[in-house]
Amino acid sequence: MRSFKDNVLRGLLWLAALLTIAILVTIVGYIFYKGIGLISFDFIFGDYSPTGGGGIWPMIVTTIYTIVISLVIATPIGILAAVYLQEYAKQGRLVRMIRFATESLTGIPSIIYGLFGAVFFVTTLKLGMSIIAASLTLTIIILPVIIRTTEESLKTVPRSYREGSLALGNTKLQTLYKVILPSAMPGILAGIILSIGRIVGESAAIFLTAGTVAALPESIFSSARTLTVHSYLVTQEAGDIELAAAIGIVLIVIILILNLLATLLSKILNKADY
Amino acid sequence: MLKKFKTFGLVVIPLTILLSACTPSNDSESSNGGNYTLAISGSTSVGPLAEKLAAKYEENADINIEINQIGSSAGITNATNGVSEIGMASRDLKEEEIANGLTDQIIAYDGIVVVAHPSNKVDDLTIEQVKQIFTGEVTNWKELGGEDMEIVVVSREDGSGSRDAFQEIVGYSSGELIRNSIVASGNGNIKTTVATNKHAVGFISFEYIDESISPIKINGVEAKAENVLNGTYKLSRPFLFVYKDENLSEKGQQFIDFILSSEGQKVALESGVIPIK
Amino acid sequence: MARPPVEKANKRKYMLEKLSGRVFLFCALLSVISLLLIIGFVFFKGINPFVAEGYSFINFLFGDDWVPSEDQFGIFPMIVASIYATIGALIIGVPIGLFTAIFLAEIAPKKVAKIISPAVQLLAGIPSVLYGVFGLAVIVPFLQNNLGLAKGQSLIAVILVLAIMMLPTVVTVSETAIRAVPKSYREGSLALGVSHIGTIFRVVVPAAKSGILTAVVLGMGRAIGETMAVILVAGNSLIVPTSLTDSVRPLTTNIALEMGYAAGVHQEMLFATGIVLFSFILILNFVLAKISAKGGN
Repeated sequence: MRSFKDNVLRGLLWLAALLTIAILVTIVGYIFYKGIGLISFDFIFGDYSPTGGGGIWPMIVTTIYTIVISLVIATPIGILAAVYLQEYAKQGRLVRMIRFATESLTGIPSIIYGLFGAVFFVTTLKLGMSIIAASLTLTIIILPVIIRTTEESLKTVPRSYREGSLALGNTKLQTLYKVILPSAMPGILAGIILSIGRIVGESAAIFLTAGTVAALPESIFSSARTLTVHSYLVTQEAGDIELAAAIGIVLIVIILILNLLATLLSKILNKADY
Repeated sequence: MLKKFKTFGLVVIPLTILLSACTPSNDSESSNGGNYTLAISGSTSVGPLAEKLAAKYEENADINIEINQIGSSAGITNATNGVSEIGMASRDLKEEEIANGLTDQIIAYDGIVVVAHPSNKVDDLTIEQVKQIFTGEVTNWKELGGEDMEIVVVSREDGSGSRDAFQEIVGYSSGELIRNSIVASGNGNIKTTVATNKHAVGFISFEYIDESISPIKINGVEAKAENVLNGTYKLSRPFLFVYKDENLSEKGQQFIDFILSSEGQKVALESGVIPIK
Repeated sequence: MARPPVEKANKRKYMLEKLSGRVFLFCALLSVISLLLIIGFVFFKGINPFVAEGYSFINFLFGDDWVPSEDQFGIFPMIVASIYATIGALIIGVPIGLFTAIFLAEIAPKKVAKIISPAVQLLAGIPSVLYGVFGLAVIVPFLQNNLGLAKGQSLIAVILVLAIMMLPTVVTVSETAIRAVPKSYREGSLALGVSHIGTIFRVVVPAAKSGILTAVVLGMGRAIGETMAVILVAGNSLIVPTSLTDSVRPLTTNIALEMGYAAGVHQEMLFATGIVLFSFILILNFVLAKISAKGGN
């Protein structure tokens, strides 16, 4: 009797795993199957055309803009915040409060970030629907990611490094930028890569803060659309599944490359531990 | 306490400098006329026409026209508070909107067509029947001479100019719209939804008509430009550009002049709407 | 003579140390400031109609009618839709995800797990919009054509898309939790003559309980907060769903659909919708904190 129950359970485990794999393979497979026919040099690097058949270059440029701007702002702030939490702060109420805030930010759905960005950056700061408004919103979204991963990698820097440096007469600050940050670098980079993934995948927050203009942005104050928003809009507006899937392929390839980079970096990090 | 302010200053001041360093560079770019950005936003019905007009106009003019398709009401709001230089609307202005100091310019006329799935046998409805469908009085195609199957109503979102114009002509209010109707944002979305569902009925702008959906006659009159012009097809409305006189730049006026010229109106005709002349 | 410069340099060093500590503190405080700004702005905008303009909050929460152009704002249908969609997605997504995680951690050959686990992790990073595209292109027509629904855009379509979307999160987090259960637990149980499968379900899974619960809560957070993928398959009708085949409009969808053109009270009501959504998330976060505190002990 027991072995019968065992076999049923074992069967269910296999079934669930096969189902998961089948579903995920189907989705990725479907997107590649539908979209691959559109992928070409002209598609990636061509200008958008309102009458159809154009490329996605303006959306790629917009996506790169949002990535660069939000990273330029969020990375230094995130790293310094992590340094404060790990190296400077006395564990107490203040640190608990900061940690709580950082964790809460992680849990907020992106549509709420979008609402906030729309009222704060777009309207109150009068930035208008623009790349800069979207990037500032994204900055807040990725800040917790960078803080957390930097903290994790700071934890792995051996105490002996710090002590050695301090013993040599370096100040805390010198120790920080000469010894600690360099050895934590792979972990920090992994955090940055994760953030890029988050930015690339984001849709709702950007939709409400950057608008949907399908043209090459003139400046960071232009309204524009990113790849993900474009793939949403062509599905929604034109029902053009093939185009959406082709953009999907580009997005999946970007995510894949980012993941490989992150894995590579974490391997370097693990080696540095020895 | 003082020290805290110093730290604050240290962070905030460079940030402010950084931000202000970015801002003028953008302003000077647009003010030296090298590449003026004309911000237009509003109706998703007017949008495709405006994009085509802009593409044609940009061939010969040193201008960058930025078009955001966000719905008529939002476009009118943006034009009122200066977020956009020009708003696009696919319905007449309401009294309070005119009172806010908006000027409107008709750039073309457009018809609204009721559409169903190509397999649907029903191809002619009265205005009264259309009203019964959208208010939920009639819920089966059988009652309209079609197959025995449920009607799935697809409507535009509240705030859409097409929806406002459609409801006003057909004669029902937003509150009367059947509650379980699918709400689609944008003409394209309605077309896609109807094209992929044999139960569905919706309404779209003339520009979006193609073989993926089947247009339905109203009172026996086909949805065609000439029938709108001779007054037999009732479901029509104007396409408007709305703006505040004090916000409209010379470049904006020139674009409007281009649209009203015979060249601009030719673009309108080609894109499937009805020219003003 | 040589002393003053050294002293000066030391003083400068000391000042720099102090200053940098404060800059770091400020950076760390920025996340607190952001959180306060977000809560402040969203609540400020969202509460206004009830405080300043005399709208009833009870009617807002429990009203059935959402007709912005006629000044009616009731979000009860959306609250119900959000709750149903989330629970439905959990019912489907959690068992499949959890069983997959158990399979990967306990049953699958190491080589197989080494390929599949990272692949599943990768899928957690795919933009959610693509799940929506798949839903609209495959699930909606399937429901219409093969199951004979009048419209495929429905509660069940939303549930399926969300369940698929939460799978990678649930699998990855619970797999980590199961792998973290000490070997000695398994060995002890096996030594007592309990079968492999019995050990997994009676010893390993209960030991990983808090990690698995975290996975469930995270998946739930993802489901309730998802917006763009849901818009594509929900149908966005304004009715309180009474069956799986009704088309629905969850809270997130309402905000994204109407924010583009809303103004005045209508816009503030969308922020109020945001507050309701925010409250759900805060409750979830609170539960999550409780769980991880328990796990810590």
